[in-house]
Amino acid sequence: MPATISIHPSAAQQARRRWTNQAMSAVLLACALAVMAPLFLVLYYLIREGATSLDWHFFTQLPKPTGEAGGGMANAIVGTLTLLAMAAGIGVPFGVMGGIYLAEYGSDRANDWLRFAADVLNGVPSIVWGMVVYALLVVPFKTFSAYAGGVALGMMMIPLVMRTTEEVLVLVPQGYREAALALGIARWRIIVVIVVRTALKGIVTGVLVALARVAGETAPLLFTALGNSFWSHRLSEPIAALPLQIFTYAISPYDDWHRQAWAGALVLMAMILLINLIVRVLSRERRFT
Amino acid sequence: MADLNRSIPAVPPVTAPLAGRAAPVPAPADEAEVAFDIRDFSLWYGTLQALFDVTIRIPARQVTAIIGPSGCGKSTFLRALNRMHELTPGTRITGTLLLHGEDLYSPAIDPTHVRRRVGMVFQKSNPFPTMSIAENVLAGLRLNGVRDKAFLRERLEQSLRMAALWDEVKDILGRPGVSLSGGQQQRVCIARALAVEPEILLMDEPCSALDPIATAKIEELIRDLRTRYTVVIVTHNMQQAARLSDRTAFFYLGKLVEYDATRTIFMNPANRQTEAYVSGRFG
Repeated sequence: MPATISIHPSAAQQARRRWTNQAMSAVLLACALAVMAPLFLVLYYLIREGATSLDWHFFTQLPKPTGEAGGGMANAIVGTLTLLAMAAGIGVPFGVMGGIYLAEYGSDRANDWLRFAADVLNGVPSIVWGMVVYALLVVPFKTFSAYAGGVALGMMMIPLVMRTTEEVLVLVPQGYREAALALGIARWRIIVVIVVRTALKGIVTGVLVALARVAGETAPLLFTALGNSFWSHRLSEPIAALPLQIFTYAISPYDDWHRQAWAGALVLMAMILLINLIVRVLSRERRFT
Repeated sequence: MADLNRSIPAVPPVTAPLAGRAAPVPAPADEAEVAFDIRDFSLWYGTLQALFDVTIRIPARQVTAIIGPSGCGKSTFLRALNRMHELTPGTRITGTLLLHGEDLYSPAIDPTHVRRRVGMVFQKSNPFPTMSIAENVLAGLRLNGVRDKAFLRERLEQSLRMAALWDEVKDILGRPGVSLSGGQQQRVCIARALAVEPEILLMDEPCSALDPIATAKIEELIRDLRTRYTVVIVTHNMQQAARLSDRTAFFYLGKLVEYDATRTIFMNPANRQTEAYVSGRFG
């Protein structure tokens, strides 16, 4: 053991520590900035390339045939909103009720398997969802349709919504359930009126996060909703969607289509940012005393 | 039992434990009406036995205190009185537990029905966070399907008056229940439990999270409740048991060690463990 063990570091040691401290702080800051940078780069690029093609017509008109100037993506914007509504119609009831089962009922053994299944499903590549729904809904009915697209997105939402619902329900203190039980209130009423009501903000947040996640999905729509250059009059017809339209226009050889693709990407990004902003406002005070 | 006696060697004679602090109320008449008639009641959490052959008769319209050191089974016993322990998976009971002659554990009886008759106030005040003061108090009635507005209004005032809270909150009934102070929140919880008019009110250390002034208010309220309700209160505060209760049960290691008039338990206990506990020498 060296003889000069001291808890008072020498001047040289102190200088080295200060230098290490500053160097590591700089590295950590650089990593944090590296996380933020893509968001701003993406936004900057989208606005630079997309804003010029973005006008009122973009939101109100159908796509124009090749060679004609102007036109818009009104059908794709409405299509995306339609698909999201259908996805929510499937994802929210199954996801929320599945989450309630996980948090309030179910045995430990069954729940472990359910959670495992949900986590695996969350990791399934989105194109696989498209293929599954293609086999289940497109092949038997012999047509691509809005229904198939909505189901594909909805099925992706279920495990996401289920897990977040479970997480926020578990956060509701057991004391509220016990207090309600001690009043002789039926269990289902306690779950609906007290537990879910207490965790409602968290559940809505989870649903919005899931919606934002599937809103930009292209792969599951490729063989289900297919896309459409015109208005869809029935949900049993193929329907346009922003990600699909962006994909189609971006791989085309035409310059004005490329510009429209940028504008479409900007609109889609703005929609998702808006959803995320709502999520932030809602989740600002998710605390149960 | 043998282990216990070894662990507290040579208990010296006790002269008037808690003298001056205890204000014992008169011992109940032996012929008092019985609310709970409990015989050979045992309870297991999985393979762990928490209560051992408890036999006790709890009189109606009196305050019965349950005392004992942490882990002695007093909360478990209280929760068994309205089947609240069934929320813990893997519990099992033997023995009988009658309330006014009715077997609360009969397979024909719905635990929800039991809890409507046997209300409960918890250690931590827990007003529902999404509800106002008024909604909290009326939650039990509304969620059991009562719609009559005049009746609800009347019961709201009546319950808050019984909980000695009406004058403090009558102008702010629409405010969130959680906006009140800790002691007021606990009284909202008591009003909420009283609003459904239970026959019995169980209280699980209702004052342990409160300051002395709030505690005094709740103790006063419990003494007033005795005229109409049967109160069973778990407390780790022996002065509180002495001040409040008519009868006291001392639990240790899941067994009912001694049960008698509060005055007897504190002034002249029959059992050495009781004597050691109430005089503060262990626990």
